[in-house]
Amino acid sequence: MYSSRRCYLLLAAGLLAAGCNSARATEAGYFGYGSVATAAQIAGWDIDARGEDGAGLPPGKGTVDRGADVYAEQCAACHGTFGEGEGRFPKLVGGVGSLRDERPEPTVGSYWPFAPTLWDYINRAMPMPAPHTLSADDVYALTAYILNLNDAVPNEFVADRDSLPKVKMRNRDSFIWTDPRPDTMAKPCMSGCADPGDIRIMSTAEGRDLTPRTTGPLDTMQPK
Amino acid sequence: MWPQGEENVRHNPLRSKAVLSDLASADAPLGRRRFLTLGAALTGSLALGGKPAIADPAPEAPPADAPWSQSIGAGVVDRPYGRPADTEASVIRRNVPWLTASAESSVSFSPLQELHGIITPNGLFFERHHAGRPDIDPAQHKLMIHGLVERPLLLTMKDILRFPQITRIHFIECPANGGMNWRAAQMNSLQFSHGMISCAEWTGVRLSTLLEETGVRKEAKWAMVEGADGAHMNRSLPLDKCLDDCLVVYAQNGEALRPEQGYPLRLVVPGWEGNVNIKWLRRIKLGDKPWHSREETSKYTDLMPDGTSRGFTWLIDAKSVITFPCPEKPLDGPGLYEIRGLAWTGNGKVKRVDVSMDGGVNWQSARPHEPVLSKALTKFTLPWRWDGRPALLASRVIDETGYVQPTIAQLRQQRGSNSVYHNNSIQTWQVKPDGSVFNVQLA
Repeated sequence: MYSSRRCYLLLAAGLLAAGCNSARATEAGYFGYGSVATAAQIAGWDIDARGEDGAGLPPGKGTVDRGADVYAEQCAACHGTFGEGEGRFPKLVGGVGSLRDERPEPTVGSYWPFAPTLWDYINRAMPMPAPHTLSADDVYALTAYILNLNDAVPNEFVADRDSLPKVKMRNRDSFIWTDPRPDTMAKPCMSGCADPGDIRIMSTAEGRDLTPRTTGPLDTMQPK
Repeated sequence: MWPQGEENVRHNPLRSKAVLSDLASADAPLGRRRFLTLGAALTGSLALGGKPAIADPAPEAPPADAPWSQSIGAGVVDRPYGRPADTEASVIRRNVPWLTASAESSVSFSPLQELHGIITPNGLFFERHHAGRPDIDPAQHKLMIHGLVERPLLLTMKDILRFPQITRIHFIECPANGGMNWRAAQMNSLQFSHGMISCAEWTGVRLSTLLEETGVRKEAKWAMVEGADGAHMNRSLPLDKCLDDCLVVYAQNGEALRPEQGYPLRLVVPGWEGNVNIKWLRRIKLGDKPWHSREETSKYTDLMPDGTSRGFTWLIDAKSVITFPCPEKPLDGPGLYEIRGLAWTGNGKVKRVDVSMDGGVNWQSARPHEPVLSKALTKFTLPWRWDGRPALLASRVIDETGYVQPTIAQLRQQRGSNSVYHNNSIQTWQVKPDGSVFNVQLA
């Protein structure tokens, strides 16, 4: 059951502030289901590296040159020899200065705010057909190579747990991390809300050949 | 007797002559033996794979028994799980083949034009995968909770099922729903313009219950939630939200989660953008700062007209759409219709929905249908006598915080058109005199 001492500690910690009044509030281990995860078990799945400070990056290192070799073997088929992207697979390079354009190109070089995020993403999700199969060294090497393709690091750069968090990404200071919405404060007008003469259609989906069919078998409409 | 003669009978495999004569001579109640004979006859005719012949009755013909009214139907467990009628075969999730590089990292859309309630059937719930749908053995699936906890835990599915149960109805919407209409009206379809939303009854355990079981260390402010799919899909969530209303669920509309919805275990983050509702949930790690994973930096951030970007915009703002009429469901001549639609908000409950038939000059309040639940789809209807003249139909939701769904023009003033995500603007359907309906955007 819930002890008053426990309540005091939790409140002091500023957590579960409503906990003491809640019938659900329990001590850690109250149910006793499952098993306490051992250090070895945690290590097996504890793969994350944080973007901003690189916390969680493992030992190991990789050069730009080594990265070029791994990239040619593991990545180029989809992302293109120089990160230009094949088909509709993502570009990894380019788009610098395009973010205010009508057709912005967000890439690692033009958009990504944190270099360790690149290590983390390659490590957890790439290559797409065989994710999380590369060694930490190869992931470091790929990270170095892709950063170098984007002129974010020099040719002699060696990626490791110390160097990656120090890489200053071009777009790093362009993000705000608190949600400023609501964007609009419209009032719910009910009648005569606009001059009927001002109501005009600015765009229509009629006649555009973009919509797959919604009856019969699945559409196999080809890329435009 | 069937008025159109013997021919129709022969074409109906459920009414083979042997079965009919058997039935005709059955003065006495059918005994077990007769049932067995009948069963064999029916099975035999079904195995031939013929379809029941459905003759088009002449318009002047009086109502008469159809073949299915003069034959015996399929028995129980003919379809042990069950499936929709064969004639509903078009009601399926659909994708836009040109939109994504591969089906494994892609999205499918719910056929909202064919749905009539606030609950999405499990087979029609929209899909979004980042590395395809894994087929997971629940006996091997585990949830690990670690990091800034007092007692790191490893839970099997059996363990998770023992915790106190909770059931809630919530929508999940991909923040890119409507993304293809940011620049202009592009998709002439309700399914493809709004189909990345679905709503289900979810059953599982409160995330707060699991975090009370592990204990939370005082430095913890964030949680990283991660899936067991190939993408190891992960997002950061503020601890406050985790302790507020997040659910770790194993059931959807009363049955086990579908594999494409995260079987055997997923997170539900009520009212927040779809991709934080991590599917195939295997790990929750508490920390003092957010992770800034690829899926919350490179993707799922909102690019603004000045070139800056917003991150951690989790909330689904209030949104609504008319589901009838719509491009897939045009009008059939002038007369009295019921306009139908759906409204929702991540901020809580829908307070009111207004409908305009003239492109937003005048509005009338529609009737919201019970139940009106927090962070769930709400259905609304409004009778409308269509005179056959051109109309511009639109719906506008007001949520319990007083927030009013904006027009696309109002939203673009703030957000430009490069956002990709969080387009919650009013949808306008243009109705032409022939009853056809088109997706349009107004000045």
